[in-house]
Amino acid sequence: MLRAALPLLGLPLAGAGATEEPTQEPGSPGEPPPGLALFRWQWHEVEAPYLVALWILVASLAKIVFHLSRKVTSLVPESCLLILLGLVLGGIVLAVAKKAEYQLEPGTFFLFLLPPIVLDSGYFMPSRLFFDNLGAILTYAVVGTLWNAFTTGAALWGLQQAGLVAPRVQAGLLDFLLFGSLISAVDPVAVLAVFEEVHVNETLFIIVFGESLLNDAVTVVLYKVCNSFVEMGSANVQATDYLKGVASLFVVSLGGAAVGLVFAFLLALTTRFTKRVRIIEPLLVFLLAYAAYLTAEMASLSAILAVTMCGLGCKKYVEANISHKSRTAVKYTMKTLASCAETIIFMLLGISAVDSSKWAWDSGLVLGTLFFILFFRALGVVLQTWVLNQFRLVPLDKIDQVVMSYGGLRGAVAFALVILLDRTKIPAKDYFVATTIVVVFFTVIVQGLTIKPLVKWLKVKRSEHHKPTLNQELHEHTFDHILAAVEDVVGHHGYHYWRDRWEQFDKKYLSQLLMRRSAYRIRDQIWDVYYRLNIRDAISFVDQGGHVLSSTGLTLPSMPSRNSVAETSVTNLLRESGSGACLDLQVIDTVRSGRDREDAVMHHLLCGGLYKPRYRYKASCSRHFISEDAQERQDKEVFQQNMKRRLESFKSTKHNICFTKSKPRPRKAGRKKKDGMANTEATNGKPPRDLGFQDTAAVILTVESEEEEDSDSSETEKEDDEGIIFVARATSEVLQEGKVSGSLEVCPSPRIIPPSPTCAEKELPWKSGQGDLAVYVSSETTKIVPVDMQTGWNQSISSLESLASPPCTQAPAMTRLPPRSLVTEEPQAPLNLPSDLRPSFAFPPSLAKAGRSHSESSADIPQQQELQPLMGHEDHTHLSPGTANSHWCIQFNRGGRL
Amino acid sequence: MGSRSSHAARIPDVDSIRRETGFSQASLLRLYHRFRALDWNEKGYLSRVDLQQIGALAVNPLGDRIIDSFFPDGSLHLDFPGFVRVLARFRPVDDEDNGNRDPKEPEPLNSRMNKLRFAFQLYDLDRDGKISRQEMLQVLRLMVGVQVTEEQLESIADRTVQEADEDGDGAVSFLEFAKSLEKMNIEQKMSIRILK
Repeated sequence: MLRAALPLLGLPLAGAGATEEPTQEPGSPGEPPPGLALFRWQWHEVEAPYLVALWILVASLAKIVFHLSRKVTSLVPESCLLILLGLVLGGIVLAVAKKAEYQLEPGTFFLFLLPPIVLDSGYFMPSRLFFDNLGAILTYAVVGTLWNAFTTGAALWGLQQAGLVAPRVQAGLLDFLLFGSLISAVDPVAVLAVFEEVHVNETLFIIVFGESLLNDAVTVVLYKVCNSFVEMGSANVQATDYLKGVASLFVVSLGGAAVGLVFAFLLALTTRFTKRVRIIEPLLVFLLAYAAYLTAEMASLSAILAVTMCGLGCKKYVEANISHKSRTAVKYTMKTLASCAETIIFMLLGISAVDSSKWAWDSGLVLGTLFFILFFRALGVVLQTWVLNQFRLVPLDKIDQVVMSYGGLRGAVAFALVILLDRTKIPAKDYFVATTIVVVFFTVIVQGLTIKPLVKWLKVKRSEHHKPTLNQELHEHTFDHILAAVEDVVGHHGYHYWRDRWEQFDKKYLSQLLMRRSAYRIRDQIWDVYYRLNIRDAISFVDQGGHVLSSTGLTLPSMPSRNSVAETSVTNLLRESGSGACLDLQVIDTVRSGRDREDAVMHHLLCGGLYKPRYRYKASCSRHFISEDAQERQDKEVFQQNMKRRLESFKSTKHNICFTKSKPRPRKAGRKKKDGMANTEATNGKPPRDLGFQDTAAVILTVESEEEEDSDSSETEKEDDEGIIFVARATSEVLQEGKVSGSLEVCPSPRIIPPSPTCAEKELPWKSGQGDLAVYVSSETTKIVPVDMQTGWNQSISSLESLASPPCTQAPAMTRLPPRSLVTEEPQAPLNLPSDLRPSFAFPPSLAKAGRSHSESSADIPQQQELQPLMGHEDHTHLSPGTANSHWCIQFNRGGRL
Repeated sequence: MGSRSSHAARIPDVDSIRRETGFSQASLLRLYHRFRALDWNEKGYLSRVDLQQIGALAVNPLGDRIIDSFFPDGSLHLDFPGFVRVLARFRPVDDEDNGNRDPKEPEPLNSRMNKLRFAFQLYDLDRDGKISRQEMLQVLRLMVGVQVTEEQLESIADRTVQEADEDGDGAVSFLEFAKSLEKMNIEQKMSIRILK
């Protein structure tokens, strides 16, 4: 076999199914025939990866087979089945190859198989629950593991002294302690595999599972300390060595956690800047988490702890930063990898057990170990729980304790550790290996099989899955605040106090630092629940066959330019970024010239009533950007129409909402509070087309799907899943277009320049373009520009100025166009605008400079844009009237857009 | 802070308070110290200002409302029994196993309903026994950060009220409030361990 390739690939897996034995391989001709071979068999070149893939395939197929029968999987945990399968496969391998192959190698296990599982569990760990029970988890993990290790080791030694272990087993106290340390740790993989199927209540689960994750640090330390003591020989161990051993416990655990947190921080920070390269977001998550694992491993810190903390720490920020699709990708990839690794681990465990050369059976040792680990686990749990219950609000009752004792499964970690022992230093290694295998098999198979009936029989509180409701979410927050306040009043700085403190710190500093501004804005738990509920409702509504195609002349906010013709990939991307949201609508609305109006209305009517044509000209296929497929778009439309209608009817029936000024105010306008006054006036500048649906429009937007949420939030930051366009770029393209139109130079005052006709054309794609590429580019870009002008106006306006770009002309043009008389509920508002605009393009030089630098380094833009909302107020008040007035344009656009 | 007295005997009416609230002697003593410490100018009662001076309470979004709930019916003075009575809501619920401390009174202050009632009256500003949409909106405004806009808040408020509202009066009564939380472990969520 190509042994050399295996370490090269880092895959000591060494594995192939029995049938894949190279000796049986048909092809592989001895020497290649001279001349051109029509067909060549090159098994050896692909052997190693091929075998790995094949093993994974075998494991996956086995999984599928297991799950074919519901009966079997409901009775037998998957891990048991996999181990049994491993035994069978191992037997076959042994029979065919006459030697044990493809065993679980510690290197493979620790470097490749364990990290995905731990990352998965750390990342998806319910953090609130985890921290709520942190005290108990830590106690069980640290005290419990120490207790188990020492008592088991000592008791085994006592057993040997009593002569119940055969004298063949040459081991001293230290050897037994070493064995005790590796056999005592509850294994996260085994626990997860079994408990996930048992569905005990969350508290119980998090305690057992959290313990199994966190005890890694203790296990690692104990193992290493004992191992080095054994190697030194017990006579040479100094008192300082014991102290060092204790100290290393802290170093390894805290160090591991610190490494994890540092990487979590890095990860969160990195994902903040992936706006334009969405596609690598999932990769980043995995890379940095893996880097955390390897770094900790390298520094011989607790790697499991590191990756757990990394996942736990980064999740909140990463989830907020990365796009919706990346989130799904991360979730599925993580789950896939973890379940894959888990499957392989159990299967290889089974295979490894077949190797008879490793076996050195000693009944006394095996039975003694089995008894002691069970007994001391139970005893330890009872003792610790008794202590813990003095401090716990909800005491752990006896049933919980039984499950916790019984759930102390041992698994592959113990096996890998025992394989790693040095036979020359520890003569009893073979006995230990055999015992470990028996223990692992016993706990996984016997306990795994029986824990489900036990849980049922004891009537352990199961986890109840109920859908979150807004009320619950809201009131839960209230409770948190109440408890924190009561702790303040009582003057006791307890858990709630510190959690409150942490949350405030997080809100003030960490989230600001690690989250994108836009993500930070939409990140509110209550809002989140609301949003998810809406989605769920809408989906169920559609599922129930909700009739959505209505002829009420609805206008979807995502209408125009959908059906425009072929585009270059650039424009494609531009459109992508405006997809689904109402970004482009505004462009239409801002064109106020009379005859365009009817076109616009007709256009919107048509578009609104029909589903948009699918993309037929999607010629560009980019590796870096994923486009939504038609189905998804359609779903989105259906969803929007639905929600709109539902909300309409809901409002009219349930709440008699009169059209107060605040209510119909479009959401976008209201997003930035600082613009309060300007907003209301801007709203009034809306064209009548929208007026009828004003209130609905306001609400629809709140229930758009997530991508749209993203692009909505692009008010402050142009963010979308795909194709993010920055202001600088857009304007430069517009600039070129502007040169075509020829109407622009550096404009000293917008009033001098008449509203250019090209503007109107640009706004209405169906008018201007006969498939002319340039025009299309422009129409797309101009659609983007106003959005960006709103978002990063403070920066971009100056860059526009410096570039002498058309938005300068365009903006006044838009504002200048006479507002439609029907629209104006308060006619004076639009009238104000032109007068306000007068000084509007006297840019302060400093700003212009700043803007230029932005256009040069677009990487700065996110930061600046994120700062912008903070600076908003100051801009209004402190900066020159020029910028303040430029906000007028923005407001106007915004109103018009809706 | 306040270590001026060290005997529970110095607490006025200690027995009746204990009976009413179910606090242990040690907790009462502890609370009494706290009460005295908060009452820095030794008035014998607490005023709103005393509570407002607790630093962390000022940043609590619901801080003002919680302080208000210590002063029922618009009173301005909070004496020790009143102080303890409010805090008694947050005493953990003893279960039958170790609950022999608590003789089964009709409705102890820390019952589920009383805990819920405390939360409810934080919402119900006008004390009409119902959380109107407007009141819900006010709470939301306090609790949800600035990052959520007014319209979003309104839709959340609508939805929240709609969700809990069963009789269709556009407001959440206490019973509806309790019902909406029936799946939640209030006894656990609204208890503070230290207040045994």
